[in-house]
Amino acid sequence: MSRRPYIRKVKRSWWLSHRRYVVYMVRELTSLFVGLYCALLMVGLVRLAQGHAAWDGFLAVLSSPLAVLFQLICLAFAAYHSVTWFALTPKAMPLALRGEPIPAKAIVGMHYGVWAVISLIVLIAAGI
Amino acid sequence: MSENVTLEILRYRPELDSEPHFQTYSIPYRDDWVVLDGLNYIKDCVDATLAYRWSCHMAICGSCGMMINGEAKLACHAFLRDYRDGVIRIEPLDHFPIERDLVIVMDSFIDKLSSVKPYVIAKREKSLSDGENLQTPLQLMAFKQYTLCINCLLCYAACPQCGLNESFVGPAALALAHRYNLDSRDNGKEQRADVVASNDGIWECTFVGACSEVCPKHVDPAAAIQQTKISASLDWFKARLLPGARR
Repeated sequence: MSRRPYIRKVKRSWWLSHRRYVVYMVRELTSLFVGLYCALLMVGLVRLAQGHAAWDGFLAVLSSPLAVLFQLICLAFAAYHSVTWFALTPKAMPLALRGEPIPAKAIVGMHYGVWAVISLIVLIAAGI
Repeated sequence: MSENVTLEILRYRPELDSEPHFQTYSIPYRDDWVVLDGLNYIKDCVDATLAYRWSCHMAICGSCGMMINGEAKLACHAFLRDYRDGVIRIEPLDHFPIERDLVIVMDSFIDKLSSVKPYVIAKREKSLSDGENLQTPLQLMAFKQYTLCINCLLCYAACPQCGLNESFVGPAALALAHRYNLDSRDNGKEQRADVVASNDGIWECTFVGACSEVCPKHVDPAAAIQQTKISASLDWFKARLLPGARR
């Protein structure tokens, strides 16, 4: 008898079939909001280059309730992206010290440490 | 009173069926039975036409991979007692063509596996009189976990990228390439790079991480692929930016 292998198509809803795929898709979605916030920052740079009045106008728009809501959503997605990424770093960057592997928790902890230091520097530079 | 458990198995007999369909079997429940025992019971006592692969019954041959309630599992590694809530749905591994019932066609994987040259490519040919290649425990530790792969293909069934792009080299083959690249006796990294660092190689992986979650031997192919991404990127820059670089 000749062979007749049957090929199953991947459903469009494949990512709803398991919690891990939903979590993955949310992580992918975060890039959209990180991208949008980067675009906002670039608009800010352009407005800054256009002079004092343009910059003040930009700041005024940013403090409207809708803009604040948008920034909060971006912050939530960026935080989710960072936290899930930090959790994965021990896989991508396994480190060893004198032949002994450094525990995953320590590698994740170092990322949070660097994050805190950089945030502090930014806050000090911003004069807050 | 004897208890029973219901298995819902995807059947496909190419000479009879135009497409797969589920068939339900009721089998006795035993506390110490795995799904594979249930399949063997069906084969021996209920329906001898059921086709599936198995060999060792101890999670080492890698033959009995299948979807059990939607999760890629070894049938010998999945106890009936962990599925007491209802019907156990058994399907062939996702992302592979079905040959018959629970048997998949794995030719594409074999081709991908050979394409990454999964063997030691020595720095230089040695004669027997030169003696063995020495390796310290530390050098072995660098890659040992990646040697534990049993080619069961659960990672291919769990990886959505494998389903969406059939030319993706895939988790197990890339993890094995990494295993040999890390081996102190090996000198074949450059030969493997054409496949490993191609678009269909590591760069098709988006780090879903499902491969590592379903791996019954804790090989962690996702880690191997991410480490290869870093190493391939460094090689790319070294080849272009360092003084005296070849390209």
